[in-house]
Amino acid sequence: MVAALGFRLGQMVLVMFGISVVAFLIFFATPGADPSARIAGRNASQETLIQVRHDFGLDRPLPVQYGLMMNRLFVSRDLTSFVNRGQRVIPTVISAIPVTLSLVGGAAVLWVLGGLIVGVIAGATRGTFIDRALMILSLVGVSIPVFWLGEVANLLTQSRWHDSWLFSWVPPLGYIPLTENPWGWFKALVIPWFTLATLYVGLYGRVLRASLIEMMQEDFIRTARAKGIGERRVVLHHGLRTSLVAFVTMFGLDFGALVGGGALLTEVVFGLQGVGKLTYEALQTLDLPMILATVIYAAFFVVMANFVVDVVFVFIDPRARDVG
Amino acid sequence: MSADAPLLVVKDLAVSFRSDEGLVRAVGGVSFSVEQREIVGVVGESGSGKSQTLLAIMGLIDSPNAIVSGSIRFMGQELIGLKRRALDAIRGRQIAMIFQDPMSALTPVHTIGNQIGEQVRAHEKVSAKAVRARAVQLLDAVGIANPDRVIDSYPHQLSGGMRQRAVIAMALSCNPALLVADEPTTALDVTVQAQILELIGRLRDQFGSAVILVTHDLGVVAEVADRVLVMYGGRFVEEGGKSSVFRAPLHPYTWGLFGSIPPMEGPRPARLAAIPGIPPSLSNLPKGCAFSPRCAFRHDACLVQLPIMQGESHRAACLLPEPTRRQFAAQRPGGVVEMQR
Repeated sequence: MVAALGFRLGQMVLVMFGISVVAFLIFFATPGADPSARIAGRNASQETLIQVRHDFGLDRPLPVQYGLMMNRLFVSRDLTSFVNRGQRVIPTVISAIPVTLSLVGGAAVLWVLGGLIVGVIAGATRGTFIDRALMILSLVGVSIPVFWLGEVANLLTQSRWHDSWLFSWVPPLGYIPLTENPWGWFKALVIPWFTLATLYVGLYGRVLRASLIEMMQEDFIRTARAKGIGERRVVLHHGLRTSLVAFVTMFGLDFGALVGGGALLTEVVFGLQGVGKLTYEALQTLDLPMILATVIYAAFFVVMANFVVDVVFVFIDPRARDVG
Repeated sequence: MSADAPLLVVKDLAVSFRSDEGLVRAVGGVSFSVEQREIVGVVGESGSGKSQTLLAIMGLIDSPNAIVSGSIRFMGQELIGLKRRALDAIRGRQIAMIFQDPMSALTPVHTIGNQIGEQVRAHEKVSAKAVRARAVQLLDAVGIANPDRVIDSYPHQLSGGMRQRAVIAMALSCNPALLVADEPTTALDVTVQAQILELIGRLRDQFGSAVILVTHDLGVVAEVADRVLVMYGGRFVEEGGKSSVFRAPLHPYTWGLFGSIPPMEGPRPARLAAIPGIPPSLSNLPKGCAFSPRCAFRHDACLVQLPIMQGESHRAACLLPEPTRRQFAAQRPGGVVEMQR
């Protein structure tokens, strides 16, 4: 168990290293993406360019440049943005994390609950009107683009119906820290949560339904029914419990990707200064240090989520325990 | 209910499935009864309807396309059409089932103790500690060497034989009056098979249970059964006490079954006698006797007339006159099959 854990950690470090190298090469060694030209500004003279190159260490060999970059990213943590001079990259990313975590965490609670409810009800009432209605609804949820849904939500709650009793409580766009004002935090995020969760409720509901229906065909379900334990317990304790394997795997990957910046559309639409929005802005201005930081951060969360899934797996599936 | 009334009385039980090819009749009106403490062996090929008969007794046919008709009376109570809640009060407690494939019959994510305990707690109000003690005792009773460890094991950690014992322990957990076993030994190797059969035989003595044992293996029936039912094409073709059926089978299909077993004594035949042809498709059964296309003794009446079970204690469904059949039986190659015990 300990050996397996160590192995996984080593694997994680290796993956992170690979990703950082690839990100570095894409952004620093791609022809036409010469960072010194961006730093020096428009129509800079040749001398200025050389000066800038030297100042930022961009005239050194690539491996050295990579080493310097990583050193400034992780060790001295004083890497600054190329665009907003003096803005340190690491503290900026760190300050964006609570926003993204609040958004994705809240949405995750909603979509796990929603997915479980939709999946179990549809799976248990397979073929009936309820099942069909739920599946059509979830298909609609999966099909709606999140940015469109967000804009419509904003249109209704911020402008059209903002003065009605229905949405007068909705605060202006933006993030309110949980530590400052928990109720404000909740009010500011509840609409983004629902917006982000819509797609995943549909997706998870459909996946869980399919997995549950498959499990309910298994022999052990017949054994469970033969015990005389009541259909609800058969479905929940035997069918759902064994279906969770697929559900948890999916959740880990989606959650990791979203915390890593995948929620950027929602963040941009709702004006939340999260990691996704940070990445989006850095990409627009080609702010290489920021891009590098956010990409590595994202990779860290995806790899981390994978790791957590593997650990959780051991708890939900005893068969995974005895395999190295 | 008097003490000597039959435990289970099945009358005209039929199970059909609606399908693309029309109505498939898996079980076509079978009637039989099981006395208290009796072990009944049901023999037949795959697809003869024996498993469906058992599932119908357990109320486990839940396909929306299934039609179950007839009557199944257990201790005087009708089981067909029973509400789920009332059914759940009986199954697991009064009637328990052992399944064919121990590898897939247990939920992979719960421990053995958890799964046995679940059944006990569904039917009795007992403390968690008492449930655990009972489960250990049951595992011990079915011959598991270290029940204290096995109770906390997951199914995948046990061998097939161990799992089947665990399934049997689970079936016995509420001292059922009737145990139905669907090919309990088919998936196991021969040594384990013998142990499991011995165990089933012992159950009656220890727990006083009646057993319906479904199998395609005549050796298994010879080992434990009191009475034998032979099933073919969804119907019973022969029924009688074990010794009577084994000494003098009355149905050509049963002759065929015995012909496929190598004799214990005498010269070994170059080739075992096989029944020609294949079992009938249930969606397209012959009009008369279901066995007629494969029967060496077929005559014109067999193609149009459905034979019914005839006889006193040893009955068979064949259109040939019984004396003729007894004559044929005596001339069968291999003669009388010696019982294994």
